[in-house]
Amino acid sequence: MDIKKIFQINNDRSSYPEIGEDGKPIIDLSSHKYVKIWQGPQHPGVTGNMALELTLSGDEIVESKTHVGYLHRGFEKLMERRKFIQCFPTCVRLCVAEPDPNEYLLATCVEELSGIEVPETAQWLRMLVLEMSRLQVLLRGVPGQAGTFALGLGYQWGSYIRDLILDRFEELTGGRVYHMYILPGGVRGLLPDGFKKRLEENLKLADEFVKNINDLMFNNIVFKKRAKGLGYIPKDYIDRYGVYGPAARAAGVMRDIRKTHPYLKYAELDFEPYTTTESDVYARSVVRWHDLKMTIDLIRQIMAKMPEKGEIKAPTPNVMHWRIPKGETYVKCESSRGEYGMYMVTDGSDTPRRVNLKGPSYTHANALLEKLLINANIADTAGIMVSLATCPPEIER
Amino acid sequence: MQQIIQDIESRFTITDKETRRNDLCFLTVDKLQAISLVTYLRDYQGYASLTLLTAVDWIEEGNFQLTYLLNNPSTRTEIGVRTMIDRENATMESTHHLWENIQTYQRELKEMFGIDFPGSPRIDEDFILEGWDNIPPYRRDFDTKKYSEETYFPRPGRETNDPSTYMKSKLYPND
Repeated sequence: MDIKKIFQINNDRSSYPEIGEDGKPIIDLSSHKYVKIWQGPQHPGVTGNMALELTLSGDEIVESKTHVGYLHRGFEKLMERRKFIQCFPTCVRLCVAEPDPNEYLLATCVEELSGIEVPETAQWLRMLVLEMSRLQVLLRGVPGQAGTFALGLGYQWGSYIRDLILDRFEELTGGRVYHMYILPGGVRGLLPDGFKKRLEENLKLADEFVKNINDLMFNNIVFKKRAKGLGYIPKDYIDRYGVYGPAARAAGVMRDIRKTHPYLKYAELDFEPYTTTESDVYARSVVRWHDLKMTIDLIRQIMAKMPEKGEIKAPTPNVMHWRIPKGETYVKCESSRGEYGMYMVTDGSDTPRRVNLKGPSYTHANALLEKLLINANIADTAGIMVSLATCPPEIER
Repeated sequence: MQQIIQDIESRFTITDKETRRNDLCFLTVDKLQAISLVTYLRDYQGYASLTLLTAVDWIEEGNFQLTYLLNNPSTRTEIGVRTMIDRENATMESTHHLWENIQTYQRELKEMFGIDFPGSPRIDEDFILEGWDNIPPYRRDFDTKKYSEETYFPRPGRETNDPSTYMKSKLYPND
């Protein structure tokens, strides 16, 4: 008996989905040629609580729609009811994995609109915290890519060293995940005694991890076979779809705010972000691996160059009665995922009129991911998604 | 940056101008000129990258402010194009033909502020909220506190206990 006849399997998929007059595929679920499944919102292969509505032809994706909303708490709206200082506990939760850029951006918006100059020592300390934050993300983010192809060991190694970095955060700020160390005008404190020595010990372990992860991931035949050529982003997508950070650098386009729009003291550091042109999942992993190496180096440079003592906070008005003049601004910094910006409008009152966060995930997880998944194999969905480093909280805000 | 602004001023009617930094300035134009200015900046001045599109509710004046923030990667500068639209008839021309990623912003603005962009793909599909039947929640006249009090608390069947009395009753039920 011919099994193909029983199940009406047609191996030739070139004829469908048929393309309609409007240029879109005609997908008729009752034709039994397609099946619709949901990947997420609870699924090990999605980055956080978001869902992908996938229409499949066999194991090939013909249409993808991103659904968000599982984490929406209306942070931007809530901030409109709060005084500027009260916005900090809310804003750090805009991205759970990497909260420090949020507090940096909020503090910088407030400083810029009220004309406050941040002391030099505080700028170095801010830079140190931002790089430590990037390090703790990349320690899990780099091996996490291999995890999507069932190679989970590196993630375990990375989690151990990340925990040690979180110990340093706890020592410096009192919090492991949410720090609120950066405040308008400066930072909350100087480095504790012996902090640099303990951080250097952690960095030595991270050095070893960088070497091991290179052997584990980039010399692994399964990872190579599955990641090379997957999720290709053409160069002309960069501006059309809004591609930022490591994903843009993997396509040969230099997008790193630290280099293109140096903020804090980045102009005084010696670094060159890695770029390549292959623009597939493998290339994006390599770019992130180089970022990890560079971050470790940057932390060492900051520790060597930063002043030991000095003013850490500029004088500010009483934070509970602080009115900021009418105005608007947009500030940005480089997160581990790419350009991270905040748009703030003030109306002269003691609360912001509007705060709008712009994270790379907003475009990566919606327009770009929906496009890249078409014609991909369903087993590669997680790989493509993780390579874009999508973070649902910063989409829903 | 100054040269570009002068060039824009010679072509469009700029009603307000605010230079925030050397690499960031905001220009206000009439609703009818906004899309032409955005298109001109993208096609002729190298502002090819859309950083964001968002709205601000100026309820006192009866307007929504739409801000298109554009980035020029080669000159490393940003221009924010601001335009005011009527709050009662909140409609704006769609720009989905300029950037593929802008349709997400437009969908969000439709849902959160009630600003319509006719013709934008999937504009009527839910983005974040599902089955929302109240006024668009990011409008200033939507009271989050009142909504949560009416919707979530106190729920029928939900009891509030004083922690110390409750623990005592659990630990020492006979006292």
